[in-house]
Formats: sequence, C-alpha cells, structure tokens
Amino acid sequence: MKKVLMGNHAISYGATLSRVQVIAAYPITPQTQVVELLSEIVANGELEAEFIKVESEHSAMAACIGASAAGARAFTATSSQGLLLMHEVLHWASRARLPIVMANINRAISPGWTIWTDQNDSLSQRDTGWIQIYAADNQEVLDSIIIGYKVAEKVSLPLMVVLDAFVLSHTYEPVDIPDQDKVDKFLPPYNPKIKLDPEDPHAFGGLTAPNIYMEFQYNHQLAMMEAKKVINEAGKEYGEITGRYYQNLSPYKVDDAEYILITSGTVAKTTNIVVDKLRESGVKIGNLRIRTFRPFPSEEIYEILKDKKKIFVIDRNLSFGNTGIFFQEVKASLYNTDIKVPIFGFVTGLGGRDVTPELIEEIVNYGMKKEKPEEEVIWMGVKK
Amino acid sequence: MFKPGKKIEFKSAKEIPLTPTSLGDMTHNYTGSWRNLRPEIDYDRCIDCMICWKFCPEPAIYIENDRPKIDYYFCKGCGICVEECPVKCIAFEEEGK
Repeated sequence: MKKVLMGNHAISYGATLSRVQVIAAYPITPQTQVVELLSEIVANGELEAEFIKVESEHSAMAACIGASAAGARAFTATSSQGLLLMHEVLHWASRARLPIVMANINRAISPGWTIWTDQNDSLSQRDTGWIQIYAADNQEVLDSIIIGYKVAEKVSLPLMVVLDAFVLSHTYEPVDIPDQDKVDKFLPPYNPKIKLDPEDPHAFGGLTAPNIYMEFQYNHQLAMMEAKKVINEAGKEYGEITGRYYQNLSPYKVDDAEYILITSGTVAKTTNIVVDKLRESGVKIGNLRIRTFRPFPSEEIYEILKDKKKIFVIDRNLSFGNTGIFFQEVKASLYNTDIKVPIFGFVTGLGGRDVTPELIEEIVNYGMKKEKPEEEVIWMGVKK
Repeated sequence: MFKPGKKIEFKSAKEIPLTPTSLGDMTHNYTGSWRNLRPEIDYDRCIDCMICWKFCPEPAIYIENDRPKIDYYFCKGCGICVEECPVKCIAFEEEGK
C-alpha cells in the first residue's frame, strides 16, 4: 500500500511492521512525531507493545536495554542533545550485545540553539559500538528499520537508522508500506539465545576482569565486521520480497567515472542530480553514497575508487581540530592500498544550511581545477 | 569459612558467552589482600551478641559453634565491627607486624 508519509511517520510504520514489543522514548524536535504516532498505534491496539514514557533519553535507552535483555524487541527514537544524553547507555547496549534499533534524526548540536540538520550528533557516537545506517529518502527510512532488526538480531548488535532533520523527518514523500505478512516472513519474532529469565537465572554484565574483558571486545569487533556481510545479505533478501535492494554502499554512475563524489544522507540525492547535469556536459563523474558508516565498508569503497582520478568527499559534519568525518574515514581506509589519488574534503551544510545543486557543482569545479587539495578542510558556502 | 567457588576459565574468545553473563561468583576473589588493618576478636571478653556479624558488610564474619569468626580471606579491614562492638573486644592490629 502506498501512502504519502513524512520521514518521522515512515519510522513509526517501520517499527510497527517490525512488531516491536517495547517502545521507550522521550520527545525532542525533530523526532516528536515518530513516537506520537507510535503511541497512537499502541493505544488503538494496532500494535501489541508496551509504550514506556520516561523522564529522559538516558532512561529511554536504559528501558530499551532492560527490555531487550529480557528478550523483547525494543525501539526508541531521538535526536541531537537527546542522543548525546544517551551516550553512556549507548555503550552499554552494544557491549551487552543487545539488538535494539533506534532512529536518530540528525540535528545539529547547540549552542547556538538549533533544530536543523547536520551529522555531528550521530557521528559523535561513532565509537559506541553501534551499527549506523544513513538513509537518503523516506522509503529507505521505513525499510531500514525493518532490515535493521534483521541485521541487529543476526549479529547481536544495536543499530541506528539515521536521517536528516526536516529534509526527511518533516518532508512528505510517497512511501510503499509492505504487507505485514511479507514483513513477518522476512523478520520472524526475536528469540535470543540467552535472556533475563527467572526460570533460568543469570547475572548479566558483572565484573569482567582483565583476563577476559579483551576477548569480549574482540568478539564485538568480529560481529561488527560480520555485519558488513549481513547488511548486504539482508538488504538483498529484502529486495527479493519488495523490489527494493539496500547495500552498504549506494553507488550512482560510478562504473565509468573518473571523478567520484562521496556523500551520505539526503545530500546524496541532490548530488545525483548534479551528476546527471555534469554528465550531459561530458564530465565523467559519479556519486558514491555511503549508507553504512559503522561498520565502515572499506573493502567495497576500495573496489569502487581503485581506478578513479580524484575523489571529492562532502561532509555535513566536522571534527573540530581535524577535518570532516567521512573524509577522515575514507582517507584512513585507503591509506594502506595502492590508491594514491588526491582526496578533497569539503565541509558544508552545517546547522541545516541548504546543500544546493549549485553548491555541489561549485565543489566539483573546485576539485577539478586544483591538482591536489590545498587545505585539509575546504569550507564551502561559509562567509569567511 | 566460605569455600572458594568454581573459577571459570576461558582459553579463547570462542568459548566465552556473548556478553559477560554469569562468569562465576566472587568467592575466588580474595579481598582480604586489600586489608591494612586486621580486626581481632578477644574471645575472653566477647559476649557473643553477634552485632559484628550483623554489621559486617562483606559479609566476612560467620558463626561457628555459636561464636563470631572473622574470615580473613575476605575481610577488607573496614573496621565497622571494631566500631560497633558494644564491649569493645575487637581491636585492629597492623598487618605484617
């Protein structure tokens, strides 16, 4: 069934179709409608779930941890300052190997007080041990929640679906809502090997001495690396049911390209338009959208970039004192390979400033003109 | 006295559970080695009221033949028993003396 949905409601439908059993959330702009609709769905009896109202995002994630440890499929959604408040328990969720799925709506960080999009909130959670998927349209948002549970439960790791504030969260697009029985077939009920159970009592997360702590981290890393494969497999399986295939990377006209733009989130969709326009004038350019940020799909990125001339990374984020974060990650993943082409790092669109086709064209023109980047951070559209 | 529990050993990451779950009890973790001061009961003055047994937070005081006994494998030397004893029959001795 097709519906015209805002990104936030696409999340709610994704969670409903995934038959989540516990929802714990605290409202924050621009996430509010996600849980508003979910609370209605639960109140109407359309979804058999516990809806827990909590006093903070820290508590929301803590409630999800408890629920997931007890064997329930748990869901939450947040944004920006709310996600930052969750930080401590995000680590707990992943190290406890709990397959919680959450949606984070990318909103810039204050001060100055802001509600508009950029990626610094979710990218600040890079090392929490969560899988991170960056969506580019509302259909992908809905689908990524459902696929998210499949992946999370397979590798026993929590997963974050990330989308741009307002550009997706409050923008209406036609979205296909898959039939419940198809989703049920794809995503059977969660059945953990071990859970909190009075009939089979266990102590969870107890004192872990130096002689064993490191092995848990080693296994966590193995699970993350396994997730690269599992995300592609689950995305393929989902495609066979719905006709919509999702992989770690979403390349656009990259095969014969000499120049590659690397993007994420909705900026990628605008970039595709620019790629089409530039190709009309004979520029061999392509766009590589990175969907999966953690685990970072280095090998797949290498395969696409190995015969290119120049690479332009667009970051809607910044690690103060270094560079854009996707730029860092791409450079680091290629350092020990034979790719020795110039990689340019552009920072733009912070705090929700529009990343327009004109601006992306300017980025390409800048990169084509220069032999190599002259600055580590190339600011685009900033009034210096 | 407490008996040490079963110490669970893992030879490789392949053997460990998904998450630190029931890795074993703490009875093989001899916290007595943390102690600088050792409480000693003067049994000639002890009235067997068991207040020390009640107050010991570890708990490292147990009852044997109706008398309180300190388990030095686990007593951390916090001194609560020394403080709470109504007849002041528990005294601190410096370890290593």
